[in-house]
Amino acid sequence: MARPFTPKVITANDLLEGDVIYFMADDSWTRDLAQAELIEDEAEAQLRLLAAEKQNIRIVGAYLADAKAGPSGPEPVHFREDFRRKGPSNYSHGKQEAEAHV
Amino acid sequence: MYKYNAFDAAFLAERNAQFRAQVGRRIDGSLTEDEFKPLRLMNGVYLQLHAYMLRVAIPYGTLNSAQMRALALLAEKWDKGYGHFTTRQNIQYNWPKLNDIPDMLDALGEVGLHAIQTSGNTIRNTTADHFAGAAADELTDPRPYAELIRQWSTDHPEFQFLGRKFKIGITGSPNDRAVVKAHDVGLRMVEQNGEIGFEVIVGGGLGRTPMVGKVICDFLPQADLLPYLEAVLSVYNVLGRRDNKYKARIKITVQENGIEKIRDLVEARFAERRREFDGTDQALLAEIKTHFTPPALRTGNTDAYQAAYDADPVFRAWADTNLAEHRNSAHAIVTISIKAHGATPGDASAAQMRAMADLAEELGYDELRISHQQNVILPHVHKSDLPALHARLKEQGLATANIGLISDIIACPGMDYCALATARSIPVAQEIASRFDDLKLEHDIGHLQIKISGCINACGHHHVAHIGILGLDRAGVENYQITLGGDATETAAIGKRTGPGFAYDEIVPAVERLIEAYLTLRSDAEETFLETYRRLGMEPFKTVLYPEAQKKVA
Repeated sequence: MARPFTPKVITANDLLEGDVIYFMADDSWTRDLAQAELIEDEAEAQLRLLAAEKQNIRIVGAYLADAKAGPSGPEPVHFREDFRRKGPSNYSHGKQEAEAHV
Repeated sequence: MYKYNAFDAAFLAERNAQFRAQVGRRIDGSLTEDEFKPLRLMNGVYLQLHAYMLRVAIPYGTLNSAQMRALALLAEKWDKGYGHFTTRQNIQYNWPKLNDIPDMLDALGEVGLHAIQTSGNTIRNTTADHFAGAAADELTDPRPYAELIRQWSTDHPEFQFLGRKFKIGITGSPNDRAVVKAHDVGLRMVEQNGEIGFEVIVGGGLGRTPMVGKVICDFLPQADLLPYLEAVLSVYNVLGRRDNKYKARIKITVQENGIEKIRDLVEARFAERRREFDGTDQALLAEIKTHFTPPALRTGNTDAYQAAYDADPVFRAWADTNLAEHRNSAHAIVTISIKAHGATPGDASAAQMRAMADLAEELGYDELRISHQQNVILPHVHKSDLPALHARLKEQGLATANIGLISDIIACPGMDYCALATARSIPVAQEIASRFDDLKLEHDIGHLQIKISGCINACGHHHVAHIGILGLDRAGVENYQITLGGDATETAAIGKRTGPGFAYDEIVPAVERLIEAYLTLRSDAEETFLETYRRLGMEPFKTVLYPEAQKKVA
């Protein structure tokens, strides 16, 4: 039996910066997972992925990643996506660094 | 060391200009990512978890001070102030911007460095003994042959689209410090009837199917090196599997066809290929060898060294672990640990790189080496200069006295950076090193190699570690398997798995239990962990790793 669909976000890397980005409901991209569109329907997810890939001139490697609804927006399910959201654990680099400067 | 001639410089400048144009076409939309990806990989540009990564080849691990300063410049100007030295004697920058990479490559080109073929299904950077040209046990310096291989393999039209990547390792010493038996082709220089040639080993490799290479030719005359390598590669290129990525490396080709069949095919192909070589390669080799003339080592007494050794216990501890025997008894080979306790294995800051470049220039005949163990080596230092050298290393946090000890850990970047990783490696290494530093046990424990990989591809060489750690993803949680008894030397062996893996917060205590058991079980303080394991086998270590299982049996 097929596994039930679990909610997804669309994520990719920015072409120029390489930074992790997330697809939003208005077809633009954000660097903040909490701003991403959480897609609850499987067919919709495929359509949204196609919409995201139309922007392949500015992004690299869009894919659907498991996510769950949190109090302030989507949150990662898997630890890999949690690292992508924050940055590495050995230095305060990546997104966690940018946040520290806010 | 090798200096680029006009051809080399022009080739590299043209190649960099091509890549600059390719980057431009990707950014303006003329190239899709599918078209661009193989081009960027051929030039060492990966896309990892958080950013691009640029992998720069350090050919056979050899650098001069100007090159080390260029590596520092890249770290400072276009990255986050540091670089990561890898297990294949390369350096990786974890945070470059795509737009900046052509400038980075041009800056490297100015000092004769490049990122060509540091990725992709091609012949990769040839790695060599990091003590090459200096070691007391060496037959001859293998680096001229490695440079010949570099020039031959760079942009070689026949070998740009192999079934899979292809790695060559070379050593000129009977004591293998270059893990040649875990390479697609390993070359070990041997002497037979007064002539020096190569023992050629084929089909070694780590990854998901770890194998110790097999000897395909026990003595290859030096002059036959390139035609023989072409024969091996061309047999692999035809016979190697392209239907399954996981069965595409030459180790599987050798395993599936048998070494005898491979040898016969290679010999037949070699007979054809050798005729195509008209001696140009040998003329080139002779020219390359002139670049590797050993430095004129200075003379002078070593009293200052002995005085410091007798008077300063900190210097003595460092000298005991970080120095190796040089072929000239007044000199020493210095290994600079870039594994300060709790730091990321293999990472050096721009300031540290510059300090090491200065020391190489002032006290080390302008030579540096990078080891596959992720440390930096000054291959020739007069012993009287060692106290001053040590004092200056201390100022930069580079005087850690831990070479060959439990905190001298190899660790791949793991899930902190790598898109392929299934678990983190770096924090595990940091915690093990910090823990045993706190316990003040590491000198008592003695020689012990821990190597950590964050996925089955085994960049961290865990299979050939005395204690290997492999990080996996088990149902969405990091899980670490332990192997024991691996060996990365001339007596190469693949470690054996102890049993079920350990959770992230259980892996350091598990290693601690192994060490406690070893300290109890060893016959005397001279018996290393590996020797104790070989004498007693897996069982006593399993008992301490899995006390619950033991209780159930009882």
